[in-house]
Amino acid sequence: MGLWLGAVLAGIFVAMALLSFVWTPFPYAAMDIAQKLRPPSAAHWLGTDQFGRDVAAQLMVGARTSIAVAIVAVGIGMGAGVPLGLWAAATRGSWIDEVIQRGGDLVFAFPSLVIAILITSVFGPSAVNAILAIGIFNIPVFARVTRGGAISLWTLDYIRAARLAGKRGARISVEHILPNVANLLIVQGTIQFSLGILAEAGLSYVGLGAQPPTPSWGRMLADSHTLMGLAPQLALFPGLAIVLTVLGLNLLGDGLRDLMDPRLRRQA
Amino acid sequence: MTLLSVRDLSVAIHGRPVLNRVSFDLAPGEVFGLVGESGSGKSMTALAVMGLLPHGAEVGGQATLAGTGLIGLPERRMCALRGREIGLIFQEPMTALNPMQTIGDQVAETLLIHGAASRGEALRVARQRLDRVGLAGERFPLERFPHELSGGQRQRVCIAMAIALRPKLLIADEPTTALDVTTQAQILDLLRGLVAEEGMGLMLITHDLAVVAGLATHVAVMQAGRIVEAGPTETVFRTRADAYTRALFAAAHHVPRRTPRIGSRPMLTVDRALRRYPLARRPFAPPRFFDAVKAVSLRLNAGESLGLVGESGSGKSTLARAVLGLDPLQGGAIRLFGEHPVGPRMPDALRAGLQAVFQDPYGSFNPRWRVARLVAEPFHLMPAPPADAAERVAAALTDVGLRPEDGQRFIHEFSGGQRQRIAIARALITRPEVIVLDEAVSALDVRVRAQILDLLCDLQDRHGLSYLFISHDLSVVRAITDRVLVMQAGQIVEEGPTDRVLDAPEHPYTRELVAATPKIPPGWMEDDDAA
Repeated sequence: MGLWLGAVLAGIFVAMALLSFVWTPFPYAAMDIAQKLRPPSAAHWLGTDQFGRDVAAQLMVGARTSIAVAIVAVGIGMGAGVPLGLWAAATRGSWIDEVIQRGGDLVFAFPSLVIAILITSVFGPSAVNAILAIGIFNIPVFARVTRGGAISLWTLDYIRAARLAGKRGARISVEHILPNVANLLIVQGTIQFSLGILAEAGLSYVGLGAQPPTPSWGRMLADSHTLMGLAPQLALFPGLAIVLTVLGLNLLGDGLRDLMDPRLRRQA
Repeated sequence: MTLLSVRDLSVAIHGRPVLNRVSFDLAPGEVFGLVGESGSGKSMTALAVMGLLPHGAEVGGQATLAGTGLIGLPERRMCALRGREIGLIFQEPMTALNPMQTIGDQVAETLLIHGAASRGEALRVARQRLDRVGLAGERFPLERFPHELSGGQRQRVCIAMAIALRPKLLIADEPTTALDVTTQAQILDLLRGLVAEEGMGLMLITHDLAVVAGLATHVAVMQAGRIVEAGPTETVFRTRADAYTRALFAAAHHVPRRTPRIGSRPMLTVDRALRRYPLARRPFAPPRFFDAVKAVSLRLNAGESLGLVGESGSGKSTLARAVLGLDPLQGGAIRLFGEHPVGPRMPDALRAGLQAVFQDPYGSFNPRWRVARLVAEPFHLMPAPPADAAERVAAALTDVGLRPEDGQRFIHEFSGGQRQRIAIARALITRPEVIVLDEAVSALDVRVRAQILDLLCDLQDRHGLSYLFISHDLSVVRAITDRVLVMQAGQIVEEGPTDRVLDAPEHPYTRELVAATPKIPPGWMEDDDAA
């Protein structure tokens, strides 16, 4: 049930982004001052903003920005964090484990959004710098989740059996540990994905994310707040888009975890 | 006078029947034993009486405790009865206590919840109850936390909690299954004393026929949600009218047919093995160590079954890991086939000659792999997978009584006994000569255990295997081994032919172990003994 609702919400979100490559109701950057701040109508489904740009078109293209930022940020986090977590678990108790863990603590010690703001303000505001900033903070998250799940697996008899079959730590990590922590990673991945969308929106909101004219949900929110009295729908639609997408991704993550586990699948 | 009267109790969970017209009576001062295999409905009967059935359960029939109908009683009234009139003791004392609360608070909690006493009074009663279960005040003040106690001491705390308000009925669900045999004997003595002195009725749920024989006045045998046979304990044990009861009792006494052909070639030799762990270090203090295995020596000959018995913490499993070359030794040596040293860096070809079967049929397999891949995993030890790998997997599955087609299924589709067969198939796939069986049948029901023991003996006869059989269960060790080693606190204290060691133990610890093992009184099983 949750899986389907999540899949539908996330599907709408992805479909919007993909569709925007070939078609939008209006060119997203086309201004038409005569048509500014229109409420939703047959021509402009979600109305227009203060420059007369079509809100529906901007939301669709904005979804693209959000997905790109979130995918790369989660990719960085998983790509570096999961191997580190597996390595730490395979060498649990050694100095390697200790270095990986304390390194993670070091990154955790900084408030992530503040550092992201620092990075983007030092290297210049852009979507790429936002992605890097968000991605780096995902690394210790995935390292920790992976290590935690992997450590409990290392005590199981099937790992002992694999060691009796002459397999070494790296191979056991890939063959036995990784598939069995994958469900944890999928759930954490969807959570980090939605957090990435939120972080991108937050950075764009303060003007440090995607730069105009690239649309972004966060900047749409930022632009609308002075117009709340005149045109509340301008804040409502990007806000709803963020909420529904994040909700959908979280439901999808939970559902996928249950689906991927052969034991839970049998009971379902 | 009956205390608890159960009539035609039936339970279905989501439409699936789990209890079918269960009826029995329990008088005060009486011990009623409910025996059966896992899934037979023993625990479900207790949960139904307690009103603790899972969601989606439909209950039919009657259960009356001292005149009060229990079935269909509103939750509020049931809460007033639980703890006050009915006490419950669980199997796992490690998880039945809250690790964040002192033992005194946990025992006093029952009194406080029922409004039976003020806090000071409740703690005073808690002290009395803990004294009663053998945790005297000077060594076990109320301020102790569960992690400061051993398993047996924690189970005593659980019993103190259950008897805090002197309930009329005590339900004990496998109360000693998680405990060592010497601790089990003490807990059973305590329960026996409580029933006799306090006049409680005890409903004892267990899979262990010998425990029931020693404690219960009446017994009922359950199978598939039904009571197939019930009566005074001795009568049931002697007559065994029902076919299932006969099968169950026979399995508990089962001795596999063996034709040992013991050679003189040493397969595995352990010479003064030392396994030492560093303890947490204090600043400026010299490092401290714990020796889990102290200078143990043993020798396993070709075709021999060597038993290794001892209680938890004796170092059996630590020794097993070292013998399998999973952990390094800090002293001494282990050699395979008389010459090749065993250790974490031993060559793959040597490892192929030494495999193992572990205790837990549920934790022994990667749940995401199909059986054929699981069984084939040790082929990794060969330079290249053999050309006939698929045939060898099929042959190994056939060898252990499964079908070659079973290789395409996932592990969760198999029962505990079938999984242990698959574990044996995996251990055999590289055609090893030595197999370490670490509590390999301890998690199995008696009838399944008898089948697996038969299988192990059959495989030994056919393939000339040597077994190192590690177990805490003396009856299983007696049935399957030629020689036995008794381990205590990291040392071998006694060694000899199995029958001699278990019938005429010489070391005081072995004597204690043998004496503490519950036994069915001789004579109760006469026709079996004759057979």
